[in-house]
Amino acid sequence: MTAGLRRAQTTRRLTVGWQHASRPARLGEHLDLYGPLPSGRHGHPDPRSVIDAVAAAGLTGRGGAGFPTGTKLRAVAGRRGQAVVVANGMESEPASEKDQALLARAPHLVLDGAALAARAVGAQTVHICLDRTRRRQADEMIGAITERWEARLDEAQFLVHELPHRYVSSEETALVRWLNGGEARPTATPPRPYERGVERAPTLVDNVETLAHIGLIARYGPRWFRELGQPDAPGTMLVTTAGAVRQPGVYEIESGTSVGQVLTLADAADVGAVLIGGYFGTWHDPRRVAGLPLTAAGLKAAGAAPGAGVLFALAAGRCGVAETARVLGYLARQSAQQCGPCRFGLPAIATDFAQLAAGRPEGNVLGRLERRLGVIEGRGACRHPDGAVRLAGSALTAFAGDIRAHAAGSPCPAAGRRSLAGLPIPRTEDEWR
Amino acid sequence: MVLWYATRATGVVALVLMTATVVLGVAGTARFAAPGLPRVVSAGLHRNLSLLVVGFVSLHVLTTVADSFTSIGLSSAFIPFNSDYRRLWLGLGTIAFDLLLAVTLTSLLRDRLSLRAWRAVHWLAYACWPIALWHGLGTGTDSKLSWLLALDALCVAAVAAAVCWRLSLSPAGPGRAVVLAGMALLTAATVIFVFAGPLQPGWSRRAGTPPPTFSRAASAGPRSEGR
Amino acid sequence: MRWRLRIDPTACTGHGLCADLLPERIELDEWGFPVIHGDVPASLAGHARRAVRACPALALRLETKPRETTRRERS
Repeated sequence: MTAGLRRAQTTRRLTVGWQHASRPARLGEHLDLYGPLPSGRHGHPDPRSVIDAVAAAGLTGRGGAGFPTGTKLRAVAGRRGQAVVVANGMESEPASEKDQALLARAPHLVLDGAALAARAVGAQTVHICLDRTRRRQADEMIGAITERWEARLDEAQFLVHELPHRYVSSEETALVRWLNGGEARPTATPPRPYERGVERAPTLVDNVETLAHIGLIARYGPRWFRELGQPDAPGTMLVTTAGAVRQPGVYEIESGTSVGQVLTLADAADVGAVLIGGYFGTWHDPRRVAGLPLTAAGLKAAGAAPGAGVLFALAAGRCGVAETARVLGYLARQSAQQCGPCRFGLPAIATDFAQLAAGRPEGNVLGRLERRLGVIEGRGACRHPDGAVRLAGSALTAFAGDIRAHAAGSPCPAAGRRSLAGLPIPRTEDEWR
Repeated sequence: MVLWYATRATGVVALVLMTATVVLGVAGTARFAAPGLPRVVSAGLHRNLSLLVVGFVSLHVLTTVADSFTSIGLSSAFIPFNSDYRRLWLGLGTIAFDLLLAVTLTSLLRDRLSLRAWRAVHWLAYACWPIALWHGLGTGTDSKLSWLLALDALCVAAVAAAVCWRLSLSPAGPGRAVVLAGMALLTAATVIFVFAGPLQPGWSRRAGTPPPTFSRAASAGPRSEGR
Repeated sequence: MRWRLRIDPTACTGHGLCADLLPERIELDEWGFPVIHGDVPASLAGHARRAVRACPALALRLETKPRETTRRERS
């Protein structure tokens, strides 16, 4: 057993027993493993104590934004009117698998956290949002909910929803709009969901992994949570590794583990570049980021962020320009088409990058890209165009040498090759409702 | 007599102004701008011309109602197919007037409406204009005049050209084809109607003009009230 | 007194009247959509208000700019 694997074993909190699991843990197994849910005076914990515990634990959102969860709970709990909880299990980031793994192995962790969050904000309903192309997920979730209902475990009511399979549909305002009967497209804010969301109620939207951590913090306390991790990034987190790695998949790591350590865990070999944070993330030279912790603070200096914990290793022989061009094309197609700069700007930069990838630039493509990247950012209703701009900008920096060659008409030989170990681009295009 | 001239004149002017309004509206959907015609000017003209249209049509209605030669009452201005004078063709005018009022009112109260509601009503302008045109061709006592026919043809050509140009900017597809076909059909039908109707002798009677001898004799009866 | 121009990006359909009426602060990008450059001082407030009224999509708004005190930003 290598030191790396041993370390991985001690960080098993959410992922206990996952290596041997082929189906979701049943309620009985789950309670045997983690113990009962905390009970307060009347059988359910006091809302304030849950919020205080989560805040003291320093848990931050695991859906990509990294917002302090305790603060969010407090904000929703503090609003007038009956609140609502939304569990975001959409995971529309194609390169990410952690939420799917969590839901497939330990749905009760998520449901524990959701029930506790509902208790904390005074909600009676929890809406669980899943991607409708993942058929089994909804069935398994309903199975888990039924077990809890039969055991009379929770006060809150759980509703399972299957939403369209589109990249922006996992955005919190898109979830709220869909739950209110509309399309799964983001809305312009204000108001934000925590102020007015599902049926005009203050709405807590949390990623399923975040909720899973809440379930354990409420049981074992904030001090336990902080036994692992860093002071500014406590606890553990789930990451997805893919690409030029021999053991791709989902890992639970201690917060603060470095990028290099995660790549070693996944047995990476011959890595030319690393994409940190998914399709809204950034490309990096592996040597520059290997020693950096996979946390918000640790990556900030490199201009990166952990996002939803996706690490994609691009094989040394592959062309990063071509991969970026493919992803930009995908992001352009996934635009909700509501705002001009995104609707027209993303296809424009995708075309520019496609020209670069093919080594057939038209006009001053680099000057054009620079201008466009500056003008598109920040002018959409959601962060979709910003993410695409960020990815494109990081590619121009990280692959600067290749970019120059491509722009001069000599692309890498790998550029045209259909990438087998390349970034996953979903083919199906779903409706909005 | 003056009222009759006024009715006809205001009707013609209203049609020309409405044609210009529609053309500017179509240009707006295409975000058309030229060095001498920035967006703010074409949008402003569209708005102001439409208000002029309302003014002229209102005069047109008032002079018609005030004219004692025909027994058209005020209610016929709002309730279609209500009068004895060329019931169908006048009724079309009433419908056009109702549509015009709806479009104008919703536009004036724009900020109190949802975008969808406003747009749904505004699209009725595409019905209002041809209905107004047909009303003019059918009711108008001047339809035979060559200069007026030429003016009508010009109006039709202007709107048809604007719509065709606008459609050329849209992607090809079944929707576009349907609209073009519909337009061609309606234009052809209008031309055929003009030749078979107003240009033929006896149109006035066929259109439903009540014989002049009745309007005075029956002034005490229900007919002259035009309700 | 300074004001801030805000565009509702989902309502804006690129009519461009705002750029006609307030070229000092609004420029159109290559696709016809407005880019705002800076705040509106009192001298331009009248023009800015006309631009807001002129927008056919009702997508433009004029807001009073919150004073940039450190106390407020910390809360």
